[in-house]
Amino acid sequence: MSTTKRGWTLSATALLALAMTGCSPAPAPGGGTGEAATTITELDYYADAQGSEAWQKILDACSRQTGVKIERQAIPAAQMLPKVLQGASSKTLPHLLFTDNPTLQQVAATGALTPLTDYGIATDGYYDSIVKAGTYQDKVYGLAPGVNGLALMYNKDLLTAAGVQPPTTWEELKVAATKLSGNGKYGLAFSALPSEEGTWQFLPFFWSNGADLAHLDSAKSVEALKYVTELVNAGAASKSVVNWSQNDVADQFVAGNAAMMVNGSWNLARLDAETSLKYGVVPIPVPQKGGKPTVALGGEVGAIPATGGPTQQAAGKVLACVLAEPTMLEWSKAHAYVPSKVDVAKKFGEQNPPMKAFVEEVETARSRTAELGEKYPKVSAALAAAIQSSLTGQQPAEQALAQAQQASGS
Amino acid sequence: MTLTAGRVSPGRRRTGYAGFAFLAPVLLYVVVFFGYPLVANLVMSAQDYTVRSFYTGQAPFVGLANYAAVLANPLFTTAVLNTVLFTVGSIVFQFGIGLALAVFFSGRFLGSATLRSLLLLPWLLPLVVSGAVWRWMFDQDHGVLNALLRLVGAPVPWLTSTTWALPAVIITNIWIGVPFNLVVLHGGLRAIPATLYEAAELDGAGAWQRFRHITWPLLRPVTGIVLMLGLVYTIKVFDVIMVVTGGGPANSTQTLTTWSYALSFRDFAFGQGAAVGNLLILVATGFGLLYLRSLRSTLAEAAS
Repeated sequence: MSTTKRGWTLSATALLALAMTGCSPAPAPGGGTGEAATTITELDYYADAQGSEAWQKILDACSRQTGVKIERQAIPAAQMLPKVLQGASSKTLPHLLFTDNPTLQQVAATGALTPLTDYGIATDGYYDSIVKAGTYQDKVYGLAPGVNGLALMYNKDLLTAAGVQPPTTWEELKVAATKLSGNGKYGLAFSALPSEEGTWQFLPFFWSNGADLAHLDSAKSVEALKYVTELVNAGAASKSVVNWSQNDVADQFVAGNAAMMVNGSWNLARLDAETSLKYGVVPIPVPQKGGKPTVALGGEVGAIPATGGPTQQAAGKVLACVLAEPTMLEWSKAHAYVPSKVDVAKKFGEQNPPMKAFVEEVETARSRTAELGEKYPKVSAALAAAIQSSLTGQQPAEQALAQAQQASGS
Repeated sequence: MTLTAGRVSPGRRRTGYAGFAFLAPVLLYVVVFFGYPLVANLVMSAQDYTVRSFYTGQAPFVGLANYAAVLANPLFTTAVLNTVLFTVGSIVFQFGIGLALAVFFSGRFLGSATLRSLLLLPWLLPLVVSGAVWRWMFDQDHGVLNALLRLVGAPVPWLTSTTWALPAVIITNIWIGVPFNLVVLHGGLRAIPATLYEAAELDGAGAWQRFRHITWPLLRPVTGIVLMLGLVYTIKVFDVIMVVTGGGPANSTQTLTTWSYALSFRDFAFGQGAAVGNLLILVATGFGLLYLRSLRSTLAEAAS
């Protein structure tokens, strides 16, 4: 009895303390201007510890610079679109929104976004692909401070021990991955989840081979899926790829269970933290020697919903600050992204050797929604299902892709 | 009865209002939290509801087109079959194991109470935690289950094969559901008078005969309730499947619930997602009515 009582008092004190810290006036960022600061709300999905901290620094800096107070909310990536749609229907959208670039089309299609030209934000100097990703019906609704893509990361120690060079072609990748497999370890790890994540990981193979999303059942597409399926069937990659998220893939790589992995630049900070791990990064291997890989363009675009009033303009100021070159560089350094302006990216690549492969790839990267616009999610889902079907041996690649084409067309 | 009815006719109006006032909170609750979502879902299933509709609030009426599209989808048969297998597989084993454990624990022995409360653990853990742990255990290369199975030389590709993934999620759900069955059935067993067993024993009945002729028939009302509740709980399971397999690989664990979610939030075909949801509600309501009927007959049995 007495212990319970003490427990209650303790938690009551804790609550009180919490409430008090909640009440204490927070130092106003920027302050000093004297006038009442405008407050805007911001929504993003940098919910992991490292990414969240890096993003918070960017927002803090822009809050100081513009004198606009920012109330930030970070949610898991999977909840982003449902949350935005909910906000759209109840007219409670955040003033500033950072969302994955292929979902921008969906959000813009609701009619809830305002074109960035309203805030004097120009698209000069950006990579074409990122501008395309942010364009819906000829108007630019979103721009990203940094972009990313997939590359092949390899464990230097494991490759040296096996006498294998980092592969550059499909054939080399297959030989290397097979040689590095055995004893419960695998040469290659990638993610083939039945979601956007799986499609995004397959697209570098799909596009580099010359296939296009409007024709999922083309010979080039079948060839790419067959290649990936053979990697799994030959034991060069685990059958578990159908259940691995990209985080799981990174786990396998860090644990030494996979000698190479297909993954994004945002993992570099984590790999650097593993002091015993020596890794290298090369572009995704291509079908034929001398070719250039075409990876899918990743990264989050900032957009401003039509919320009306002066806060909307304030959000515009903050977004302009986030997109300014110094912020761009800072964000890219902190989160291992590629700056989304061509000149800034080139400089950045020269200063950061591990990022070089990513900068090279971004030049030829493609926006996932450029071709299909709002129809992309449906096609992506059909393609992801076909990948799973082929990898699990449920259907041969031709049949799986023919079915996907049918599903995405209807 | 007849007497009162004849006498109080002038005050009848007032009592009618008073009765309605007593009913109002419940009615309000049902309308706001049950009626409105249900109707909204029905309306949505008859509309071409897109992402644009969320902002504009407008969606064209398409009649039964969403239902037709869902029924024509090759995934429909898969989802229905998986839902049936998942529900039946889960309930048979949850109930069987739960009953066996309940009978086992009805005998008093050292530590029986402690063990019984430990068995409640699966029920107390958040489903996402249980699901994530099972996902690790099922891992093909490094999972503990395959480490054991490798000793006998037969590792199973749990979550990577389209044949084994469904059994894997069923196993997970059985583990989660056993405690509920155990607790309710154990309560039912305690209500059976011990004298009956003593009498049967004196008449020379063995353990099986005692179970067959005393426990089973006297436990029947409780059994009915457990099975019916289990059915309604299991048919709508979503989180366990989402965490363990996400409906994959290659849709081999897609049930009506996960498919409804995928249609709405992956394909943005909200009308079709709502249609699948409504079909599910229809099935669950059917079983719910069955449950109410069995409850009524049980009460009648108890009263007689």
